[in-house]
Amino acid sequence: MSYVELKDIRVSYDNNTDILKDLNLSIEKGELVSLLGPSGCGKTTTLRVIAGLIAPNDGEFLVDNQNLTKVPVHKREFGMVFQSYALFPHLTIKENVAFGLKLRKEKRNIIEKKVQDILAITGLEELGDRYPKQLSGGQRQRVALARALVIEPKLLLLDEPLSNLDAKLRLAMRIEIKRIQSQLGITSVFVTHDQEECFSISDKVAVMNKGVIEQFDTPEEIYKNPKTEFVARFIGFENFFELTPTEDWKYKTVDGTIFQSTHKWEPGKRTGTIRPEDIEIAAITQQNTNNTVSGTIKVRTFLGKSYQYEVETPIGTLLANKADDVVYQVGDNVTLSIPAHKLIIV
Amino acid sequence: MRKNVSLKIFAGLVFAFLLVPLLIIIVTSFGTNSTIQFPIKGFTLEWYSKVFNNESFMDSFFLSLQVAFFATLLALIIGVPAAYSLARHRVFGRNWIKSFFLSPTIVPGLVVGYSMYQFIVIKYQFPIIQGLLLGHFLICLPYVIRVVGSTIEQLDFSIEEVSWTLGSTKLQAFIKVVLPNITSGIFASFMLAFINSFNNIPVSQFLSGPGVTMLPTSLMNYIEYNYDPSVSALSVILMLGTIVLMYVIEKTLGLASIS
Repeated sequence: MSYVELKDIRVSYDNNTDILKDLNLSIEKGELVSLLGPSGCGKTTTLRVIAGLIAPNDGEFLVDNQNLTKVPVHKREFGMVFQSYALFPHLTIKENVAFGLKLRKEKRNIIEKKVQDILAITGLEELGDRYPKQLSGGQRQRVALARALVIEPKLLLLDEPLSNLDAKLRLAMRIEIKRIQSQLGITSVFVTHDQEECFSISDKVAVMNKGVIEQFDTPEEIYKNPKTEFVARFIGFENFFELTPTEDWKYKTVDGTIFQSTHKWEPGKRTGTIRPEDIEIAAITQQNTNNTVSGTIKVRTFLGKSYQYEVETPIGTLLANKADDVVYQVGDNVTLSIPAHKLIIV
Repeated sequence: MRKNVSLKIFAGLVFAFLLVPLLIIIVTSFGTNSTIQFPIKGFTLEWYSKVFNNESFMDSFFLSLQVAFFATLLALIIGVPAAYSLARHRVFGRNWIKSFFLSPTIVPGLVVGYSMYQFIVIKYQFPIIQGLLLGHFLICLPYVIRVVGSTIEQLDFSIEEVSWTLGSTKLQAFIKVVLPNITSGIFASFMLAFINSFNNIPVSQFLSGPGVTMLPTSLMNYIEYNYDPSVSALSVILMLGTIVLMYVIEKTLGLASIS
């Protein structure tokens, strides 16, 4: 039994279309789990079900073996950080942070101490007496985090907390969030649509699509070994081609070339996929070698550190990136080799 | 440049058209003539003392103040929660309810007054003061619901949600988080509703009865029989009151928040 369990959660707003379809998710204590997916995939809905802001139509939600499905949001004791930060504009930073503690009727000196401690952890000691509108985006973000953490929540929920920050600050804040999260050892759920952000911060990632979890794994596993075509597409695989499994655990392309993959052979899966940067381009056209395919360059795009070539081949148009040490021209015939350990079957 | 000058002249004329009558009233209120005449022959404060010594003016003035105050208060007590739930919840027929609450500002005052007369006075025979309060409450309610409603709609709903996650019940969140952030809307709607109730003639006219007269009515009655400058003096006093109110609003909120 995991610390947090979502069992067969179904959410639908009008009883016709399901926002979440029998969703199952287990989170271990102290883990930071990300929900990753495009907008409308149900990741925010999942988070709101966990928070208690949405009641699921079916299913159960447990934390620490307690069934919380019917427990209202204000009794769940979870800390939540919203995309808009949602600071109380009429209260100072200290008062914002103390809000949850005051509701718990804690003694004034205890509140004072806890607020000081969390402001120190989040690097806000100097700003306690200011109002939210006097703070920068990054500072507001810290206040929202401090306010959620000070109540010592059983769970920390973060709803796209970095999407309103500029790129530099986003990088700094995600390191900051990870540091605070592991320092306090608090179980966290992080919603994002940014895969880089999500991979760098998470212990585990749930990739969601249309209300279901397509894959729930460590970031490395998802990056290197996506299980479905959707996951592969979402994390940067751009080449997809049809493959037919052969009897000796290999694959045949539509033009009859044999492809091998070191990744697990699973029945029913017959699409090969590879990242553009993992395809190797060579000028010489060799025929009939395993894991190669020949074609003609149709489009060349300069990407900065490399060129991207759109190559028309018998198995479809493939994208391949190559550093600019050798530059090919549009119309050149090239051979693309697809390394067996980089070829994924989904 | 020439265009600018003619525009200035035009604007000046408009202002003159608006302000000169008011100036004339102010001037005549200090005149020694026994009827309202302009220009005045001499200077006196007699008419002001006459206003303050006129019992029917004073009585109706305080009655109007009280009715406006309590009607507006009642409208706030009922209107703020109503505006909140219209803004936040998926109320059935929400748009219909919204237009319904706008109706007293669209329907001519005379019609509103007459229909209130039909129900409040004739059908249910309310005592006069309660009837007046109820009538004025109905005039005030739309202003509260509209102004407070738009303030609530501009408020980030997630600050309420975050206060729930921090442990507050919905009522606590409303009191501790929503109310402090919509005070400008509440204050503005209070002023608007108060001024509208205070100035309202048709509803007051229909709902008042023997011995109970609201200020606009008593002013009209007075003019019918005495065309003396105490009416001007009373008008100046009312203008002063409004200016003071506006000054207070400007200092606390800024006039822009009302319009």
